[in-house]
Amino acid sequence: MNRKSIFYSIVGLIILLLILFINYRKQVQEHEYETIETTADNDGIENGIHVNTGLVDAAGLPLVIAHCTGCHSAKLITQNRLSKDGWREAIKWMQETQNLWDLGEDEEAVIAYLSKNYAPTAKGRRDVLNTIEWYTLED
Amino acid sequence: MKRRNFIKKTSLSTFTALLGVDIVFGNLLPAGYVPLALQQADPFTLFKKDKEMKVLNDRPWNMEAQAHLLDDSITPNNYMFIRNNGLIPTTIDVDNWTLTIDGESVQKQKTYTLSELKSKFKHYTYQLTLECGGNGRSEFNPPAKGNQWTIGAVSCANWTGIRLKDVLNDAGIKENAVYIGYRSADTHLTGDVDKAPISRGVPMSKALQDETILAFKMNGEDIPLVHGYPLRLVAGGWPASASGKWITGISIRDKVHDGAKMKGASYRVPCKPVAPGSKVKDEDMCIIESMPIKSLITYPKSGALIKKGRNIEVRGHAWAGELGVSKVEYSIDYGTTWNDCNLENPANRLAWQHFSATVGFPSTGYYEVWAKATDTENSAQPMLLPGWNPKGYLNNACHRIAIKVV
Repeated sequence: MNRKSIFYSIVGLIILLLILFINYRKQVQEHEYETIETTADNDGIENGIHVNTGLVDAAGLPLVIAHCTGCHSAKLITQNRLSKDGWREAIKWMQETQNLWDLGEDEEAVIAYLSKNYAPTAKGRRDVLNTIEWYTLED
Repeated sequence: MKRRNFIKKTSLSTFTALLGVDIVFGNLLPAGYVPLALQQADPFTLFKKDKEMKVLNDRPWNMEAQAHLLDDSITPNNYMFIRNNGLIPTTIDVDNWTLTIDGESVQKQKTYTLSELKSKFKHYTYQLTLECGGNGRSEFNPPAKGNQWTIGAVSCANWTGIRLKDVLNDAGIKENAVYIGYRSADTHLTGDVDKAPISRGVPMSKALQDETILAFKMNGEDIPLVHGYPLRLVAGGWPASASGKWITGISIRDKVHDGAKMKGASYRVPCKPVAPGSKVKDEDMCIIESMPIKSLITYPKSGALIKKGRNIEVRGHAWAGELGVSKVEYSIDYGTTWNDCNLENPANRLAWQHFSATVGFPSTGYYEVWAKATDTENSAQPMLLPGWNPKGYLNNACHRIAIKVV
């Protein structure tokens, strides 16, 4: 067992305990909230991707999920490619106009995650046509 | 707001709360809030969209067509792109829906019920091209932030409603009127009720055009909810964000409207050309008005394998914002030679125009068919990306499809 898997085991245990605790707390205190089925949720990692969000599993993922997916879909992240400055600008814009909170000490980690895993690739002034699905055009 | 407060309180420092985000917060969600993972079961059924439509974003909902899906002369709902800045209204009370005309430059603030609007003012139907300002954003280099539209954020449906100018004139327009701005019933992603997700508008000259309408029907039926039921402002030929959905109010302003998504880089481009990747100051950005000349090959679908010696019909649509299309050409040799296509007149001003050509190929091999449209003021589509801008608007580069002759 390498260090990474030990880490994930501990993390998993923490989540489990937390769920049990929150559920317990909810029964006691949170009468105004409805329980929502979570069967469609998959908080696991498959092929390096966090299943629920489609985000790359890498350092900073939990922070990104917590700070970025509260208001908008993770798809807004996964479809974008920005530089470090670009992601910083995006966060600033959301803080100035979209009610995003101060990320505090998490900001650098969030930006590091985004700029590492969702960095731009040079594509020139016009890309070649790729992902062509060939089919026979009938007469 | 409870949900955000919870995150704010607990997430900044505690690792455990962050990890539990999906499940833990799921248990604490306010009643009535359906988490994304469950909400997105089938957007195609939800919005009656074709399965080949592409979902770009599910909160807020954004979906685009592919070129070959847009082959119809009049775009049906199942192939119409969806663009949202906020959350779609969940309840629409048609019987109590009202439209208020107000603002600094209204003679007398007035509120109309839907039935009053429908009975009091004459109805008109126009086929109107609506293209997202960011259509084609995905091609910009360096990339621009936002939904990465490829080519499918355009539609041209029939819209039926009343002229905006008839309603504005009924309330009375002061001489100092400059702009109109809309208010709508969608809600901000954060759930903040004091915050509009989008509130854009157009100058009076556009507001007073015959074809600028407050629509209540799309293709002869009630407008689908996701496209603005029960009342949508439709200002064809301009960025589709000017055509506000779920309209509850129009303000006649004595200055350029300053609502949400009217400032900064939103739906604005550098007033003067800038080098790719430049930082542009707010005061150097100008609001996008008419959309540029553009065309789309809708048949055949890219990737067609055809037999040697066979001619094929190539067809599609071209549009030019406020202008008309004067010419569409095609090239099978990367712009070395161009040939004219047949071009039809628009159904009415601001509707797209259909083009077609019979295309042959001299040998077997790989070809691309490129289409290039020219507007009535002699501006043509570029083959390369047009001028870079911070948010990646106005990509009107030529569309092309791949063909293999075998």
